[in-house]
Amino acid sequence: MSLDDQPPGGPSAGADDAPVPAGAASSRAPLRRLRLRVLRYNPREPQVPARFETYELDEADNMTLFLALEEVRDRLDASLAYDFVCRAGICGSCAMLVNGRPRLACRTLTGGLPAEITLAPLPVFELVQDLSVDTGKWMRALGERLHAWLHAQHVEPDLDAIEERMDPDVAEKLYELDRCIECGCCVAACGTAQMRVDFVGGVGLNKIARFHLDPRDTRTDADYYELIGDDDGVFGCLGLMACHDLCPKELPLRTQIAFLRRRMVRAGLSGK
Amino acid sequence: MKVVHTDVLVIGGGLAGLRVAIGARRRGLDATVLSLVPPKRSHSAAAQGGMQASLGNVFKGRGDDENAHFEDTVRGSDWGADQRVVRMFVHTAPKAVRELAAWGVPWSRVRAGDRQVVINGQPVTLAEHAAAHGLISQRDFGGTRHWRTCYVSDGTGHAMLYAVGDQAIAAAVPVHERKEALQLIHDGTRCHGAIVRDLKTGELCAYVARATVVATGGAGRLYQVTTNAMICEGGGIALALDTGVAPVGNMEAVQFHPTGIFPAGILVTEGCRGDGGLLRDARGHRFMPDYEPEKKELASRDVVSRRMEQHIRAGHGVQSRFGTHLWLDITLLGRAHIEKNLREVKEICESFLGIDAAQQWIPVRPAQHYTMGGIRTDHTGHSVGLRGLFAAGEAACWDLHGFNRLGGNSVAETVVAGMLVGEYVADWCERSAAWADVPMRLVRDALAAETAALAEACNRGTGESARQLRLELQQTMTAHVGIFRDGTHLEQAVETLESLARRSRTICLGRTAPGPNPELVDAYRVPRMIRLALAVAHGALARTESRGAHFREDHPQRDDARWLKRTLATWPDAWSNRPHLAYETLDVNAMELPPGWRGYGARNHLDHPDAAARAAEVARLRERHADDPAARQDALMPFADLLPPRLRGPNHRVEAEEETPVVAR
Repeated sequence: MSLDDQPPGGPSAGADDAPVPAGAASSRAPLRRLRLRVLRYNPREPQVPARFETYELDEADNMTLFLALEEVRDRLDASLAYDFVCRAGICGSCAMLVNGRPRLACRTLTGGLPAEITLAPLPVFELVQDLSVDTGKWMRALGERLHAWLHAQHVEPDLDAIEERMDPDVAEKLYELDRCIECGCCVAACGTAQMRVDFVGGVGLNKIARFHLDPRDTRTDADYYELIGDDDGVFGCLGLMACHDLCPKELPLRTQIAFLRRRMVRAGLSGK
Repeated sequence: MKVVHTDVLVIGGGLAGLRVAIGARRRGLDATVLSLVPPKRSHSAAAQGGMQASLGNVFKGRGDDENAHFEDTVRGSDWGADQRVVRMFVHTAPKAVRELAAWGVPWSRVRAGDRQVVINGQPVTLAEHAAAHGLISQRDFGGTRHWRTCYVSDGTGHAMLYAVGDQAIAAAVPVHERKEALQLIHDGTRCHGAIVRDLKTGELCAYVARATVVATGGAGRLYQVTTNAMICEGGGIALALDTGVAPVGNMEAVQFHPTGIFPAGILVTEGCRGDGGLLRDARGHRFMPDYEPEKKELASRDVVSRRMEQHIRAGHGVQSRFGTHLWLDITLLGRAHIEKNLREVKEICESFLGIDAAQQWIPVRPAQHYTMGGIRTDHTGHSVGLRGLFAAGEAACWDLHGFNRLGGNSVAETVVAGMLVGEYVADWCERSAAWADVPMRLVRDALAAETAALAEACNRGTGESARQLRLELQQTMTAHVGIFRDGTHLEQAVETLESLARRSRTICLGRTAPGPNPELVDAYRVPRMIRLALAVAHGALARTESRGAHFREDHPQRDDARWLKRTLATWPDAWSNRPHLAYETLDVNAMELPPGWRGYGARNHLDHPDAAARAAEVARLRERHADDPAARQDALMPFADLLPPRLRGPNHRVEAEEETPVVAR
């Protein structure tokens, strides 16, 4: 080893030493033979009907559905389509129905599921193929429709000047709502979205709540009423709250929707 | 033939690409963005810890300025960076952070008064000034003299990407999602756009543009264990390499992040150590002070990663059934801090390891993290080998990072480069030749060639599996072109990669279904990845010195006398299995900060013959212009004229008030 001009004396006991805690607690449940039942369909091959295909593989320690599906593609079926990008639970690409519930596949551990796992694409969104759906197109359309960007007083601020101040607590609350990753779980889980094609879903209402909270945004309740004051907006919500229960980021959707509904009722009644 | 016309074609929908497109659009040009995935799913979102900008708002950031940021970045780069570009970058970074604040990023803010932090393993109380209350906060990161990293909890990249993505929607920038550029349209001197495949339908079409900007990020997927997203396969860099004329720079400069969670390689942010987290070994010993008494856990990433691997080699790693690792201990930061400022880390530990990071140590080991190399451009992002081709962000080598990037400088680079290159691209479009110059025959030929190549790939009877080749590629790079390198292993790597390149000519598909067809995608991507890997391995083999993240055990010294230069790789012969290497010398006599010791890591380098004279000259100029910073800068290394006029203004900061003492408890 030629790395060093001054090799250290090696570990020595001292203030910087700490007893090793019980290490990474990897659950040692017995590993199983998994059966992945995957709903497959390619809209560009309509002559081949939709069907379930079953793939069998050995479970591994800390195996996620991402690792399981990659193994399927590596060893069993290279043609299986799905979308993983970050594989770390932050990009929102891999939402799918796991045993009927919308979840992020990349951070779903197989250990918490039965040995037979049924995977299907998210409903509501356009199917690309197999487990891949086009959430991007849907979200872009939503952003355009809801004008979901900060409407600041100055779009081209003085970049040399000290930034405008913000209360630290407000910044934290904003980030709480800003954490949405547009994965689509809330829409796929939503009773209204199954019936109303144009319903904005938890994701859309959360966006409005986020800009509503932002002191930099110049819009008023009356402006927001124009965007969500109807049955495709906040009044379409049936209050089933599956969006809240299934949000992978645990966004406080229930509170936000209730808040917006009150504000929008008031805005609607006052005619502004 | 389906053809889409646009002024500026931006390939890549992450932070850099979106910001370039918004900039071009504001200058009145049509900009069209292509993205493999919905843009908000880009790898930019994975930047957790923050972006460096010398605002100097927090107590520990007081006194910070562009000069300190400049020196930290150049030292971090091990003098590989283009110092003019570093100057441009550090000057623009505060403006970028402030622009993003105006665009909606909920930056974490300073709270006036006492607060508890952990510094060097000890609890410390800092008193934040009332004058800074509500301004953008900074945290500590590795290799920096001041606390400079602006952050949004530990979801900085996400918040930035969403704000910029929303502004792109507001500016009506079209983003063509699930589109992959397969080939640049060019005549050997001028780029005219790209041949693009629709990843939903499989259809090919031509995008014809006055300027083409590659902003596709890095190539982390050349390695088996990487923090990079699945889409970071270096596709955009390969586009340039495949032209045969556009060089890629310093591909051997590959960063390994100290704290990828083991074994998955998912990133936990440098903010863990910046906020006071410690690295420990199998015995629970905090080992970094033994190696790096000055910077300890917060030396630059190349140094910390090497020290970790060195410590593992010395037998102090933790044995587990998946191999050996070390521990990251953030338990001392307390649950409240972790749940507020390191929330993603906490979620990642819960979801992927099943542990509570507020109570348990996190198993970590260095993992590939960043591609310092990329498409070689000048300071405007313009390719040095192909006119009309630009690059920005991680895909580019303009060259901000040299041989090692500082934490917090990459997301900062994405938006700064986006702001700058957006202007330069617009300038160039305004100057460049008119539409009539686009030779449609060239476009037709490129489309025909790509169509034929894909048809040929679909019609091979038997042959290799693309996924198998990718696996062998990743294993080879990890085993032989990793943190520690030497001639023997690099030669072995080159040999293996060349054989993979040969085998990749016979990749065969099980199914040729229309539409997305993941097999076909693998079939055309893997050969490109192999060519990129060859550029990395050949560059590393040829560079017989150690600099930044490139460490040769058989050549442990940084050799400024022979190697103060940038590697340029081109691939002139498509049928060859190796790149052509050339070198570009860095001019010591033009450097504001002449090469020396970095202040951390091994003190082990051979001086450039001109270094001492230049250092003396710099000292003399500093003294002569001691009272006039502007004249001093002009005498040392002028850069202001290189910036777009609207970005030249001085950055204002809150005046330092009376010094408040740090109270240690």
